[in-house]
Formats: sequence, C-alpha cells, structure tokens
Amino acid sequence: MTDYNFAYLDEQTKRMIRRAILKGLAIPGYQVPFASREMPMPYGWGTGGVQLSAATLTPDDRLKVIDQGADDTTNAVSIRKFFEKTARVATTEHTPDASVIQTRHRIPEAPLSEDQILIYQVPIPEPLRFLEPSEVETRKMHELSEYGLMHVKLYEDIARHGHIATSYAYPVQVEGRYVMDPSPIPKFDNPKLSDCAAIQLFGAGREQRIYALPPHTKVVSLDFEDHPFDPSKADAPCALCGDTSSYLDEVITDDAGTRMYVCSDTDHCQTRREAGHSKETAA
Amino acid sequence: MTPLLDVRDITKRYGARIGCKDVGFALWPGEVMGIVGESGSGKSTLLGCLAGHLPPDTGEVLFDTRDGGPRDTLKMSEAERRMLARTDWAFVHQNARDGLRMGVSAGGNVGERLMAVGARNYGDIRARAEDWLDRVEITEDRMDDRPGAFSGGMQQRLQIARNLVTGPRLVFMDEPTGGLDVSVQARLLDLLRGLVRQMGLSAVIVTHDLAVVRLLADRLMVMKDGHVVEQGLTDQVLDDPQHGYTQLLVSSVLQV
Repeated sequence: MTDYNFAYLDEQTKRMIRRAILKGLAIPGYQVPFASREMPMPYGWGTGGVQLSAATLTPDDRLKVIDQGADDTTNAVSIRKFFEKTARVATTEHTPDASVIQTRHRIPEAPLSEDQILIYQVPIPEPLRFLEPSEVETRKMHELSEYGLMHVKLYEDIARHGHIATSYAYPVQVEGRYVMDPSPIPKFDNPKLSDCAAIQLFGAGREQRIYALPPHTKVVSLDFEDHPFDPSKADAPCALCGDTSSYLDEVITDDAGTRMYVCSDTDHCQTRREAGHSKETAA
Repeated sequence: MTPLLDVRDITKRYGARIGCKDVGFALWPGEVMGIVGESGSGKSTLLGCLAGHLPPDTGEVLFDTRDGGPRDTLKMSEAERRMLARTDWAFVHQNARDGLRMGVSAGGNVGERLMAVGARNYGDIRARAEDWLDRVEITEDRMDDRPGAFSGGMQQRLQIARNLVTGPRLVFMDEPTGGLDVSVQARLLDLLRGLVRQMGLSAVIVTHDLAVVRLLADRLMVMKDGHVVEQGLTDQVLDDPQHGYTQLLVSSVLQV
C-alpha cells in the first residue's frame, strides 16, 4: 500500500481540512466551507466524516467506527477496513480504548474523555434547510442570529402532533449563538453534546461544510417554555443486557408483531453482558 | 411633533433608466399615504426603497424609532433594519404567496414574527395567533391548515394578520387588493380600514386602483415616469385633478 499517502488523502488536502477544523473549533457551531474531495465511496456514506478522520488520524491513533450505534454493520466495517488499509492504524470496538471515533447517527453510551475525538457524519449541515429555501438567506440568518424560524418548525410539530415530534437531528444552539444541526442523532443523545470532554467534529462531504464543538461547550436543545425538550427513548429494558438507561433499537422478530428492544450501542451492550448483566439481572 | 417617516430626495436609477427621482414626503403618525400611477411609473421601486428592500442611489429615509428618535434607516446596520422590519414595520405584498410561508400552517405563519422577536411560550403564541386570525375573519378551525388550502382573499387576510401581530406602527402595502375579485376586495378594504383606524396605523399604500386610495388614503401622491407629478389630500386630488396626467388617470376609471 505504498501507493497511497498515509490515510488516503495527500498532505496538502489534510492541511486544508485541518485549517477548516481549527476555524470550526474557534467558532463553535459555525459551518466552515471546505474543498471536499471525492472519496472512494458514494456521497451519503460518510464522505465528510472520512475526510475528517483522515485529517485527524496519526499513526499512533486507535480508531473506532460506529454506524447507528453498531460496530458490525456495513458502513462501520468498510470505513474501519478503509483506514486499516490506507493508514494501518490500530482499530477497536471498545469505546474507552479509541482515540478517534467516527460515528454515524449515535453518540456512544460510555462517557468520552479529553483525549478522544468524536467525528460525526453529516448529511445536511444546514438546520434551516427545509424552512428557508435560499442559502444566501440562511447564511444571513446565521450571521444575524435570526433563529425565530427554527421555533416555527417546533411550533408546527406541536400544532400537528400535540408534542415536539422531531425525534432526530433535533436543532441545538451552541453557546447561545449558532443554531446547529447535530446530524441525525436521536434527540436522546442531545444532552451528551453539551459539556462533552471530547472534541466533536462534524463533516458534510457533499455539502462541503465542517463544524465543530470544542470540549465542554454548552449546547442547548431548542424548545418552548410550556413544551420543554424531552430526550425520549423506548420505555423498555434491553432484551440482551437489561439496561434501562441506554438508547434502544426496536427489532421486529416475526410477522405477527413480536418485537424486542436491544441496545443500539453494541459495544455498550457487549461490555455489560461480559460483566454478567442480562435481562434477568435487570432491576 | 415629528413625522413618523420623513423621506427626502429618494432617487433610484437602473443604469440609464430612472426608477424614481427626487421623491420626498413626510408621513405623520396615524396617516395613510396613497401612491398611485400606472405600471412602470416607479411606485413599487419607491416602496422598495422605503422598506429597505432596494438600496436607493441618493436620499434619506428618516424613521422615528421608539427609543432613538428619527434615524436614517438607510444608514442603519442590516441587523437593526431587519429588526425594524419585523417589529415596527410591516410589508404586505401584492401576491400573498410572496409574503407567506406556504409550507407552514396559518397559525405558524402568524406566530413566526412573535417567535422572531423572542416569544418562547407555545400557549401564548397560539393564543395571539388565534386572536389575530379571528380579527381577519379566519375561523379557528382553519388555523392548522396551510395557506395553500386557502382562497386568494383568505391568503391576503392571513398575510395581513401575520404582519400586524407584532403591533407595527408603519405598514407598507404593495397593491394589497390586486388580483382579488371585487366583492372580496370590498371586504378586504373594509377590514383594512377598520384595522388602520383602530390601531392608529400609519401606512404607505401603492396601488393603481383609485377606489382603494379613495377609501383608505388621507393623502395622495401621483407618480409618472419616476417623478411625483401631483400630491395633496385624496379627495382634493381625485375631485379636482390639476396635472394633465392625473386628469387622464381620474377620467380613465370605468363607471358602472
């Protein structure tokens, strides 16, 4: 594999991406444009996240890749293999052991530490996209901090469904300034964005935007006084490890409507089962 | 007493062509000013310059702000001007679709301005939206429908409610009754007249329909080719037109 530079991208490209990352960290929540490259994977599969990972990885890093909480699904497996091949970095499925974690649509259940970087894959970085069709106008709205429209979306949710029905990609405001799309993580994960010890980077490849949250940044989910933010999850224990506090996937097991709930974070579930937890031991 | 809006020497050119030239007038609190003229006479250009949608080449637009007294809105920062546009000002477009969010329910459309100035209590926002929809004769059961499901007249009334909910002091209207049939026009005019009188609004109304200004406007300005050719009290101008063009305009109205 000597034909490739370390971690696939050439050094100049990585420098360009690192500059965008630094700018993003300096202005938390601000979408920094960058010259996104073609990656050997289709848009929508994490091209933004992969470029961020490539720019942040060093040979000593240990990489973990998450796809919807799981380490063993297509996206996670292929991106992990990609960096095993092009960067020859060590990989892991165990959250505390990883120094760089690329994730799609989840934040790990295990708390993150100061020496970790969490990289999100973002499909649509602009939180105002489907409310205001003009990009010129949305940029102006960010510039002037005009975010009333974001609440119109939440208003519509309540008017139509009786509660805020947005359950993923729930808009947040960073340090009282920029409103940000946290990528399609479930709103259950939103509280973990705030005051997180790790650096959080967000990359949107097709949209050519990078944004970031430095460690311990205050992130607030938008809501109404009389309809406060509610980080909901399925009301059941995990069928495998019995955890009642983790985010659960609903799995349909037959065509008669039988279902089971299991932890979406496979590493979290596995760790608990190895420690002797099961459905029976759940309180 | 200071005028609410003091317009001085507004000129706007489109290259060599003149949009409007050396227009000036003072609008006093509670007064309704009509601007009439044929298509292409520069009425809409002038309105755009006043409302901050178009940058004029020369001139001043002094607005009597609540806390700072008269200030030139053209020299304000964009943030201040946009704040003004969603609090003390309102703009009613000819085509309701330009002024409404078609993908958002009627209640959301009215509530948007409230949320834009910081209202964060759903119950309050909804109650105020309901109150305003009621004032423009849109019943409560249509509150969660999208404007696309409304008739043209209802859309226009919704646009008016959406604009007036923050209690503006100055309303710009660009052909507010254009494209509506006469009976709907009459109801809308009746509603507008009621609201203007009741809230003590000042308004600048651009129209080519003399009946509209006859009903709504206290004063009238007649424009032709970008110039103001005549101005005065509405009844005076319409009943005793002095300028040749005004005479033509008044005599062109069809009598039924």
